[in-house]
Amino acid sequence: MMSGEEILTVKGLKKHFKTTRGIVKAVDDVSFCVMKNETFGLVGESGSGKSTVGHVIMGIYGPTAGSITFMGKDISMGVGKRPKELKKQLQIVFQDPASSLNPRRTIGQILELPFRVHHLAPDGNYAEKVFEMMDLIELPREFVVRYAGEQGGGEKQAVAIGRALATGPRFIVLDEPTSALDVSIQAKIINMLMRFQKDFDLSYLFITHNLSLMRNVAQRVGIMYLGKIVELAGTPEFFSNPLHPYTKMLLSAVPVITPEEEALKPEKITSTGEIAGALNVPPGCSFHPRCPFVMDICRDIVPIMIEYKNGHHVACHLYPSAGKNM
Amino acid sequence: MAEQLLEVKDLQVNFKVYEGLLRVLKGVFLNVGAKEKVGIIGESGCGKTTTMKAIMRILAANAIVAGGTIAYRGSDVLQLGMQDLMRLRRTSMSMIFQDPTAALNPVFKVGEQLEDIVRYSEFTSDAPTKQEVRAKAVELLKSAALPEPERILDSYPFQLSGGMRQRVCIAMSLASAKDLLIADEPGTSLDVTIEDQIMRELKQIVEERGLSVILISHSIGAVKGFVTKLYVMYAGTMVEEAPTGELFSNPVHPYTQNLLKAVPKLTGGGVPEGIAGRIPSYITIADGCRFASRCRSAKERCRTDGPPAFDIGNGHRVACFHYGDI
Repeated sequence: MMSGEEILTVKGLKKHFKTTRGIVKAVDDVSFCVMKNETFGLVGESGSGKSTVGHVIMGIYGPTAGSITFMGKDISMGVGKRPKELKKQLQIVFQDPASSLNPRRTIGQILELPFRVHHLAPDGNYAEKVFEMMDLIELPREFVVRYAGEQGGGEKQAVAIGRALATGPRFIVLDEPTSALDVSIQAKIINMLMRFQKDFDLSYLFITHNLSLMRNVAQRVGIMYLGKIVELAGTPEFFSNPLHPYTKMLLSAVPVITPEEEALKPEKITSTGEIAGALNVPPGCSFHPRCPFVMDICRDIVPIMIEYKNGHHVACHLYPSAGKNM
Repeated sequence: MAEQLLEVKDLQVNFKVYEGLLRVLKGVFLNVGAKEKVGIIGESGCGKTTTMKAIMRILAANAIVAGGTIAYRGSDVLQLGMQDLMRLRRTSMSMIFQDPTAALNPVFKVGEQLEDIVRYSEFTSDAPTKQEVRAKAVELLKSAALPEPERILDSYPFQLSGGMRQRVCIAMSLASAKDLLIADEPGTSLDVTIEDQIMRELKQIVEERGLSVILISHSIGAVKGFVTKLYVMYAGTMVEEAPTGELFSNPVHPYTQNLLKAVPKLTGGGVPEGIAGRIPSYITIADGCRFASRCRSAKERCRTDGPPAFDIGNGHRVACFHYGDI
């Protein structure tokens, strides 16, 4: 699982926004890679910068610093400078299908556009392409004339996924694709995404705040807090041996329904405080005001990422050798 | 048996819309004892909030209460005159809404909004002095676990974080909820660690004050640790009622069973199965069991007759004709 080739590599990625009240460091020195056919989960609370990472990868805005390499080529530029061929390879599904689909277009019109833009029906038979896509996302063909805005959340998100698949991408950023949906619908959409991953050799960057979901879909998980990745590990290792106090706090707070899940939780860390504003990130380790194990060093020195053991990385002063070479 | 505070029987609510009549609530029942903590779970659009609004009598103008009774301490809320109704809302029951940002007025300071409620709820006879009102408001904010209450009273809602706003809303509801507190997804719009904090604080508050609570949520895990009795709603009907432990260990209605299965587990085990289909349209809804179109065990009878709630012992009731065989 860990072997195989990297399809996307992000190194030292920074994205800062200038505002009238100062600089917001939405993403501050983030590095990770996504393997081929892998689902990499990026987890964090709102304001952690996880969506910004996805948006920079898509080129919605260019990075402030750092590099993004996709299939061996540097793609650290905004979408305007990207070749059209690249846009075919990289797609995104947004969180809220109600706002990412134009309510005045029919499902047919929405699904047809990517085929037209990339000239994917040489014989000009776009209708056939649209129908094939609708079969794939399990929508009845008569829905082609219906407006996207009139459909249920699950159908809308299926259309958004179909639109992303239309260009035959290699890599899809899934930005909270199911958090606007009910659990019974979520399960259906997730199963569809997992099936497409197998059938079309896709790699996913799965952005979410839902750890239980991550446990079931991702091969590796990274946890973000205030613009930085604080822990990164393979999924089984991550859930059986969480290291960072923030990870433990998150896991303690996850609402669960079975006693087996309760037993899996690490020593309970009661959640306190809230995520700081991006304008006044605390100095040192940005989690230190909420951390029950805070030490003097945490207030001054930013911990660096160390490899705790094979493939399990953590940025915390509790784990020796972290921060020594700062 | 605890003293009965609220008893909803056979409640029916329709909405008049351009397209016709939405027959939303049908045969809804609900019992809340004094100091009892009750939860309602169900997916979006199943009528949870509509039921609560009917109890508070704050339904939209196009709503028609077509039948049923809402007995609150022996008198039917639906028959109360305006004066009695206002007294009830001022001194006995209150509601916390899902989105604290929408529940607070953005152009008034928290103090002005909270003090208004305090003035009419806490002081029934003489005109209280400004100082008295303010002192009471400070006290309420303190009991809702808000630090620096004086500063918060002088802040506008946008100057507070989401978690603090929800705490303000809790403080507001505490002013008038002397008997019954209705909490409509109080943690849903918040991050998981903040939700965890709010739910713990809320539980402590209601236990200290001896309030009855109706907690509404679509997150099954979030209500589990809070309530002693659970109701499951589907498409405007109550499908199951059981003590919390019993519902999780022995779910009987096919919808409840599928819903519990659809939640992704922290212990892994793959992506669960969803429920095929979607909630039926309330305009064209049939007379039979409202889950029949999505139910694998549905028989001929399910499509024509609406099942009543069968009592199967231990305070467990289920609205399904085939409850023993599934």
